[in-house]
Amino acid sequence: MIKIKEYVMAESLEQAYELNQKKRNCIIGGMLWLKMGSRMVPTAIDLSNLGLNTIEENEEEFSIGCMTTLRQLEQHEGLNSYTNGAVSESVRSIVGVQFRNLATVGGSIFGRFGFSDVLTCFLALDTWVELYKGGCIPLAEFARQKPDRDILVRLIVKKHEDKSVYLSHRNSKTDFPVLTCGISLREGQIYTAVGARPSRAVCLCVSEADWKKKGSEALAGELAAQFPTEGNMRAGKEFRSHLAEVLIGRGLKQIEKMQEV
Amino acid sequence: MKIQMTLNGKKITEEIQPGMLLLDFVRAHGCKSVKRGCETANCGLCTVFVDDKPVLSCSTLVARVSGHKVDTLEGLQEEAAEFGAFIANQGAEQCGFCNPGMIMNALALFRENPDPSEEEIKEYLAGNLCRCSGYEGQLRGIQQFLAYKKEKEGAVCR
Repeated sequence: MIKIKEYVMAESLEQAYELNQKKRNCIIGGMLWLKMGSRMVPTAIDLSNLGLNTIEENEEEFSIGCMTTLRQLEQHEGLNSYTNGAVSESVRSIVGVQFRNLATVGGSIFGRFGFSDVLTCFLALDTWVELYKGGCIPLAEFARQKPDRDILVRLIVKKHEDKSVYLSHRNSKTDFPVLTCGISLREGQIYTAVGARPSRAVCLCVSEADWKKKGSEALAGELAAQFPTEGNMRAGKEFRSHLAEVLIGRGLKQIEKMQEV
Repeated sequence: MKIQMTLNGKKITEEIQPGMLLLDFVRAHGCKSVKRGCETANCGLCTVFVDDKPVLSCSTLVARVSGHKVDTLEGLQEEAAEFGAFIANQGAEQCGFCNPGMIMNALALFRENPDPSEEEIKEYLAGNLCRCSGYEGQLRGIQQFLAYKKEKEGAVCR
C-alpha cells in the first residue's frame, strides 16, 4: 500500500521538477499502477492544475498533455480520424471507462511498461516526447532509456499521410494484453511496433517497396522473427512469436485495404 | 491538509490526511453505497462521479478532487430509482454489493449515449465485475429500461 506524507498541487513545472529531484518523491499520474506498490512517498506531486490535460491539434501535429486521460484519447475525433481509429482501439480494452477516466498518457508512457498498449500504439506513429529539461526526443529513444527524474510534459504526434492500425490479443477482455501490435504506413515506410512481448514495445521499420515485393504474409513472418519474445503466466514464448506473425499479417492486410479505398 | 468539495450537493470543508482515498472519505460521510471491492482498480464497485465522470474512488486521492463536485448513488436517488427497479425485475440486484457501482456506471452510459447498442453497453460496463448475476440479468434490465424510456418518450411526442 502506498503512503503519502505530503501532497503538493504543483503551481509550475519548475516547482514540480525541483520537488521531483528527491528520489523518494513522486509525480502522480492516474496513480493506478503506483497505488499497487508498497512504498512511502514523502511528497506526492500532482500536475493536475498545469493545464496539461488537453489534446491540441494544428496542421502539423497533435500535442497531448501528460495529464490527458486514456478516455480522452479514446474519444478524440481528430486523433482517431487521423490514426484510422488506432488510438481508440489501443485503449478501449484497458479495464473499464472509470479506469480510463483516471489513467493518464504521461503515466502510461513514462512508466515504459512492457504491457502498455499506449506505448505500442504511439511507437508506431511519428511520436516525440517533450521532457521538461531534456527537450524533445523521439518516443523510440525515450522508451529505451531508464526512468530518470525529468518530467514528461507532453507527447507530440507529427502528422503525415499515415495509415495506421492497432491490434492486440488478450486472454480475457479487460486483462493485460498477451501481445500488442501497432502498424503505421507513412512516407513510403512501414513502422511496426510490437509490445507485451512481455517486455516493452520496440518498433521496426521496412520500406513500402519491400513490403509490396514480399507480400504481407511473408513480411509478417520476417518481422515477427525479429521481435524477441519470452514466456510468462499469460502465454509462452512460442505462442507469442506465432501471435506476432498473425497480428502483423492482419495489420498489414488492413493497411492494404485502406490503400484500396 | 484542508480540502473542500461538493459531495452530493453539499459543500464540505475538512482537514484530511494527504494520502486519504476518496473511497474512505465518501464512506466516512455516510455514502455506504460505495463499496470496497478489489482495491486494484478492476471491479468498479467503488465508482463515483467526479464532475459527472465515472471514476474509481479506490484509486483517487481526496486531495486531487478538492474544489470539484463528487456524486455517489446517495445523491442520485431520483435518477437511479427507475432504472434500479428494472434491474431488480430481472433478479440482477442479487447481493447488492456490485449493484451500486454498476448502476452508477450505467447512469454514466445513459448520459453519454442514450441509445447504446448491446455491444456498446457491454463495452461501457466492462469495468464492472459481478460474480452473482453473470451479467445477463443486468444486460436484460438495461435493455428493457432503454426500451421503456424510448416508448415513454415516443408517447410524450405523440
